[in-house]
Amino acid sequence: MAESTSLPFVPSRGGAVALRWLLFAVLALFALFYLMPLFVMITTSLKSLDEIRTGSLVALPESVTFEAWTTAWSSACSGIQCEGLRPYFWNSVALTVPAVALSTLLGAVNGYIIAQWRFRGANLIFSLMLFGCFIPFQVVLLPMARTLGFIGVAGTIPGLILVHVIYGIGFTTLFFRNYYVTIPVELVKAAKVDGAGFFRIFWSIFMPLSLPILMVTVIWQFTQIWNDFLFGVSFSQAGTQPVTVALNNIVNSTTGVKEYNVNMAAAIIAAFPTLFVYAVAGKYFIRGLTAGSVKG
Amino acid sequence: MEAMLEIRHLDKNYGATEILKDVNVSAEPGDFLVLVGPSGCGKSTLLNCIAGLESISGGSMHIGGRDMTHVSPKDRNIAMVFQSYALYPTMSVAGNITFGMKVRGVDAATRARKLQDVARQLQIEQLLDRRPSQLSGGQRQRVAMGRALVRDPQLFLFDEPLSNLDAKLRVEMRLEIKRLHHNLGATMVYVTHDQIEAMTLATKIVVLKDGVVQQTGSPAEIYRRPANLFVADFMGSPAMNLIPARASREGSSTSLQIEQADGAPVVLTDIGNGDLPEDVILGLRPEDIVEAGFRSGHHVHDVACRIDMVEPAGADTFVVFRLGGRQVTARLQSDTTARQGSTLDLAFDLDRASYFSPDTGERLN
Repeated sequence: MAESTSLPFVPSRGGAVALRWLLFAVLALFALFYLMPLFVMITTSLKSLDEIRTGSLVALPESVTFEAWTTAWSSACSGIQCEGLRPYFWNSVALTVPAVALSTLLGAVNGYIIAQWRFRGANLIFSLMLFGCFIPFQVVLLPMARTLGFIGVAGTIPGLILVHVIYGIGFTTLFFRNYYVTIPVELVKAAKVDGAGFFRIFWSIFMPLSLPILMVTVIWQFTQIWNDFLFGVSFSQAGTQPVTVALNNIVNSTTGVKEYNVNMAAAIIAAFPTLFVYAVAGKYFIRGLTAGSVKG
Repeated sequence: MEAMLEIRHLDKNYGATEILKDVNVSAEPGDFLVLVGPSGCGKSTLLNCIAGLESISGGSMHIGGRDMTHVSPKDRNIAMVFQSYALYPTMSVAGNITFGMKVRGVDAATRARKLQDVARQLQIEQLLDRRPSQLSGGQRQRVAMGRALVRDPQLFLFDEPLSNLDAKLRVEMRLEIKRLHHNLGATMVYVTHDQIEAMTLATKIVVLKDGVVQQTGSPAEIYRRPANLFVADFMGSPAMNLIPARASREGSSTSLQIEQADGAPVVLTDIGNGDLPEDVILGLRPEDIVEAGFRSGHHVHDVACRIDMVEPAGADTFVVFRLGGRQVTARLQSDTTARQGSTLDLAFDLDRASYFSPDTGERLN
């Protein structure tokens, strides 16, 4: 016992358990606090308008109804059109999937070149791309609008894809470059001696190594592009708007009574895909961000 | 016989920095050519130039009689083993070994047959399905060699392949590479900073320093007749003793006077080498200074030396003493009676002596 008294603080066994439970309680409290808005959104979306008016904000619905969800999906009005989020949701899918795929692929190739095929000025180009990550998007709205008009894709989904690919390349290149720079250059040398060319080395050796960073990039790009509002509202027109813009229109343009349940359901629908992607690929996200050298 | 590798007047610069200067190297078919030198001497760069992984700034390179100066690595008919092994991490051992053939469009049946041949040769048959991360260092080394062997190239290139292995494994693999060279009769170029590896493996050694070839020759030539002070000091362990001396001509022979810190200078007479300048550096290998009575002949001189240090090394015992202001090491038999602080008669065998100019460092005899 003499030994243990010399230590500054040794909680008894019971004390350690109590401390642990206190920790859990505090963490749970924070988690609950953080989940509160989601809780309110979900419960509100399942209530009828009457119940929302009369009941408490945090109360559970007395009778669950999915009416607000079907309205939000297929018949909510934004301005004069009452077709719900559905067409805009598919606009977002048609826009996000190719934009994510293209920007990720280009970032991978860029990163591969900058990290493994060093050439004169490689660092300068990388610095410029990095700089591109920090340009405020508001600055480029006008020039971009002119450019899109000039090449004839203004107000179209391909135009939006182009915008997102261009502004995604900076980040995707950064991710892939930092990942590939940890791979020993001798790997490329060995493959060259084996007779493989630039793309063969990329596909056969680097791509199979890239799953973690691929996941990071896909999640990042998907979240950015799906959630984008500024480009969506600036470079789309009636019929090509992404879901974020449609959500705003539905929530802001209702005349008369605010349909909170419909708005909540619409917001959840609009946010669902990013949640889904993170849930499916999230474990790779952490792993990819911390993954480093590849031991040959 | 036509040279398998012929490098003429090769220069390599990075911007204004000269990495290699006027390098001339050749290897006959079946040669084991070792490029050796301290780190930063340009030996790995030279190997990369031979592989075509680095472009060269001047000169020419022929492999198998063909001009390869501007040919890309894949068309040089070479195979290379890297220091870090550079195995493809996501491929199995079999995938690693057959990747080159797959890239070149070799059919599956041939690939499988060659894979089995090489796996048997290197005794890695049981490892073929594993990933590189599941292998030990020695096993990775074997797989890297297998990847080179399966290609059956004109020229094998090795870039310090053993330096990541522990001492025991290194000696084992060294022997194995030597056996491989013997069995295949292939031409190999091997880079190392380890002069023992160079001596044991090579049929021909090229010693490099600061991008300049210092000497080219057989291991025996390099060891017995180093071309300058750098080679003398670099090759051999313990290093060659380099003792400043004053030479004076006496008929056809030379009298060498070596200063001692205490007492009269030591005078040795070399019955050859009558044309030395006044200031020389006498180079003697530790094994050419033995205990008096163990070697005889006209060239042998006994000198009484005060022993500073005794280092038993098992098979031999090394003793260290001071002569001409330098530490001098002699290699004695293991049961020598030499003790620290005692005085011992040592026999200097001047038949094996090298002489160098203290100013230029070049060999004089």
